[in-house]
Amino acid sequence: MSINTFFQHLSNGLALGSLYALIAIGYTMVYGILRLINFAHGEIFMISTYVVFYGVSMFYLPWWVSILVAILITGLLGIIVERAAYRPLRNSPRISVMISAIGASYLIQNLAIVIFGGRPKSFPIPDYFNTVIQVQGVSVPIVNFFIPVITLVALVVLIYIVEKTKTGMAMRAVSRDYETARLMGISVDNIVSITFGLGSMMAAIGGVMWGLKYPNLIPLIGTMPGLKAFIAAVIGGIGNIKGAVLGGFLLGMTEIMIIASLPDVTGYRDAFAFILLIGILIYKPSGLLGQDIGEKV
Amino acid sequence: MITISDLHVYYGGIHAIRGVSLAVSKGQIVSLIGANGAGKSTTLRSIMTLEKPREGRILYKDKDITLTRTTDLVKDGLVLVPEGRHVFTNLTVEENLILGAYLRKNAQAIAEDMAWVYQLFPRLKERSRQRAGTMSGGEQQMLAVGRALMSSPELLLMDEPSLGLAPLIVKDIFEIIKKINEKGVTILLIEQNAKVALEISDYAYVMETGNIVLEGKGRDLLKDENVKKAYLGA
Repeated sequence: MSINTFFQHLSNGLALGSLYALIAIGYTMVYGILRLINFAHGEIFMISTYVVFYGVSMFYLPWWVSILVAILITGLLGIIVERAAYRPLRNSPRISVMISAIGASYLIQNLAIVIFGGRPKSFPIPDYFNTVIQVQGVSVPIVNFFIPVITLVALVVLIYIVEKTKTGMAMRAVSRDYETARLMGISVDNIVSITFGLGSMMAAIGGVMWGLKYPNLIPLIGTMPGLKAFIAAVIGGIGNIKGAVLGGFLLGMTEIMIIASLPDVTGYRDAFAFILLIGILIYKPSGLLGQDIGEKV
Repeated sequence: MITISDLHVYYGGIHAIRGVSLAVSKGQIVSLIGANGAGKSTTLRSIMTLEKPREGRILYKDKDITLTRTTDLVKDGLVLVPEGRHVFTNLTVEENLILGAYLRKNAQAIAEDMAWVYQLFPRLKERSRQRAGTMSGGEQQMLAVGRALMSSPELLLMDEPSLGLAPLIVKDIFEIIKKINEKGVTILLIEQNAKVALEISDYAYVMETGNIVLEGKGRDLLKDENVKKAYLGA
C-alpha cells in the first residue's frame, strides 16, 4: 500500500468510524439509563435519511432545512418509540422489553417498506458535497473531511450537555439510581425521554452524513449500521459515551484497513466486526472503557 | 406539620404497616424507633409516596398527600434522606449537592445553602470535586444529609442516619441534626440506635411489627422500663 492510498483509506476509515460513533452513542446512552438495548435504533437512523429525501424531493425544502427537520423528527421518533414500546414495560422482566424492542425494530422497518416502497431512492446530495479534492496527490471526497468535523462538533455539544448541565447531571443520576433521583425531584420519565431524544438526534446527524457517503436508500439500510454501532458501543464499554466513540472509530478504521490491505476478503468485511467484538470481549468483557461488569443482553 | 392516620401498607400479601398513626408538629425533632423490619422505613417511604398505602391518610401542611407525586412533595419542602445514603457515587460531591437543588430556581438562595452545607460539613468542601463513591461511609452520610438540605426542606425525613457509622461519627451526625433543627427544619427520624435518637427528640414513637406500641416525650421514653429492656440494652 503506497502512502497515498494509505491516506485515502485513513480518511475513509475516519469517516466510517465517525458514523458508527454517532449511532453508537444512542445505544450506549439508552443502555446507561434503562439497561436496555434499543434494537429499534438502527431503524430510527434509517428514518432520518428518508425524512431528508422527502423533505427535498416532495416538499421542496432547501437541503439544510430538510436536515434540521430530519434531526427534529428523528429525535421525536425516538421519544415516541420509548413511550409506546418501552415505558409500558418499565417494570416488566427485561426479556419482555427486549422482545418489544425487536418488535419495534421490525415494525418501523416494515412500515418503511409499505410507506416508502422497497425500491431504492437516491439521497439528495448538493453538488458541493460531490467534489473530490486533491491533497498532495491523494484524492479525497470532500465528505470525508466534513463528516469527522461535524461529528466532533456534535460530540462536544453532547458531552457538554451530559457533563456540565443540570439535565446531564440528572441523566447520570438516573442512570445510577432511579428512586433516589426521584427523591431529588427529578422526573425519571422526562430524563428518559430526553435521553432517547438526544440519542436519536445523534443517529439522525449520522444518518444525514451516511446518505452523503452512501446515497442509495432502502428501508433496510439501518440494519447493518445499527448492528455495527451496537458492536462499537459494546467494544467501547456499553453505557460509556466516550467508549462508544472510541469503539466506533476503532471499528470503522479496522474495517476499512482490513479490506484495503486484503482486497480478497472484502466479502467478509462484516465478519471482521464480529471477530473484533469477540476478541475484545474475551480479554475485556466490560469493553475497553467499561467499568462495571456487563450484564447479559 | 404532618399527621398520619391509620396507615396500612402491604408488600404483596404481607401486611407490613398495620394502622400507624403519628404526628409531627412544626419545629420538633420526632423519632421513630424499633427493631429491624418493624416497618419504620416503609412508613417514611409511604410519606414520600414511594409506597402506595392501601388505607389511611397522610396530611402534610393540612393537605392530603397520599396520591401526590414525589416531585411535588420535594418542591413543597418534604425531603427524605434515604436509608443507606444512596449518594450518586458516579457524580462528584458538588454535583450531588447541585442535584439536591434540582427543582429550585433562585440561584442566590441555592448558593447560600451550598455555603451553609459546606460550613456544616467542611469535609465536603475539601472533597467537592471528588467522586462521591470514593468517600468513606461517614462522608457519604454527610453528603446525603447535605444534599437533602440543598432541597430546602421544611420537614426532613431521615432514615437511619447512623447506619454503619463509627460511634464518633454518629455523635457528629446527631450534633448536626440538632443544628439543622435549630435553623427551623422539622425532623422526623428513624433510628435503631434508640439512645442517641431519644436524647435529641422532643417526641418519639416505638414501632413493633407494623404497629406503634408506645409513644411519649423522648426523655420519658429513655426512662421507660420496657424501652430500656428492649432497645437500650439495660
